[in-house]
Amino acid sequence: MPSALINVPAKARRGDVIEIKTLMSHIMETGYRHTASGAVVPRDIITNFTCRYNGTEIFRADFYPAISANPFITFFTTATESGKFEFEWTGDKGFSETASAAITVE
Amino acid sequence: MKLAFCLAILTALTGAAHSTGIPQAERRSGYSFMTPDTRAMQDEDTANPGMLWVLDGEALWKRKAGTADKACADCHNDARVSMKGVAAHYPAFEQALGRPVDLEQRINLCRTNHQRAAPLAYESRELLALTAYVAEQSRGMPIETDKDPELSPFIDKGQRLFTQRQGQLNLGCANCHDDNWDKKLAGSPITQGQPTGYPLYRLEWQSLGSLQRRLRACITGIRAQAYDYGSPELVELELYLMTRAHGLKIETPAVRP
Repeated sequence: MPSALINVPAKARRGDVIEIKTLMSHIMETGYRHTASGAVVPRDIITNFTCRYNGTEIFRADFYPAISANPFITFFTTATESGKFEFEWTGDKGFSETASAAITVE
Repeated sequence: MKLAFCLAILTALTGAAHSTGIPQAERRSGYSFMTPDTRAMQDEDTANPGMLWVLDGEALWKRKAGTADKACADCHNDARVSMKGVAAHYPAFEQALGRPVDLEQRINLCRTNHQRAAPLAYESRELLALTAYVAEQSRGMPIETDKDPELSPFIDKGQRLFTQRQGQLNLGCANCHDDNWDKKLAGSPITQGQPTGYPLYRLEWQSLGSLQRRLRACITGIRAQAYDYGSPELVELELYLMTRAHGLKIETPAVRP
């Protein structure tokens, strides 16, 4: 049941620097752990995160096994126009999730 | 010599007074021992990873399960109304079993008796999610153990377990959490062990976990044999801890280091 929590201000003035916060549900299994019987627990992580603002990519991050479970990513951008932020997480075992948030810029 | 004897008696007396619990005015949630960063994580719902389980729990609440093909919502309707304040009164006495049950056990009783579904495993994502969703409806409400007189022998048992020394380190819960809660252990604050935010997200676990998981971790820490999940001892401990936390506010889903 993957789900995301997104925090984007609903309103901003043109030119404002706004903070975007995202939290994605994921176990981020490193691939370095073993079960009690010695078998390797296969790696299962998010490998890539992107954010598009009205279609233009404004933020991208590559993830590695050292990132903890349920990754929390925050970053800043300048509010230029009203529209939509689209978030996408992709990873191992075909993991692919999207979320979006709208903003009104005055 | 006489003075030393008197002092020894005095220390013993104050020690005894301590082990009966922490006075209401001095009770503090584990929240107040945390760094500002961790507090901020708990305070903001979009930064609190525990909310991921609450969201899952909300979905599960409405999902039909078992041969009765019923969802929690089919009997209890809107959890925001029907479950308000429930977690603040748990564990509660279950007449049919003749002993107290905690919130997880109550959810599983509902599953087996009314939904006719298999009980959910302890610490499974589903059980934690449902428990977190139910408990979140009591957020901000003061903890108040049920007045049910049937509970009192179990509270006493819980208190005995709390003060009883055990394990290779020969420690009881009270030795740290009643007597030394304002001090530090290996650089980390010793808290009062108040169960205000369960199930909660522990950064160490990278997951949500129940109060029973926390108790088992502590018992292993004093190098004693941990009670099994769902055992009467753990529920009695939970019950005593909730009595001991009377008046503190529910924080579910809390975040702890």
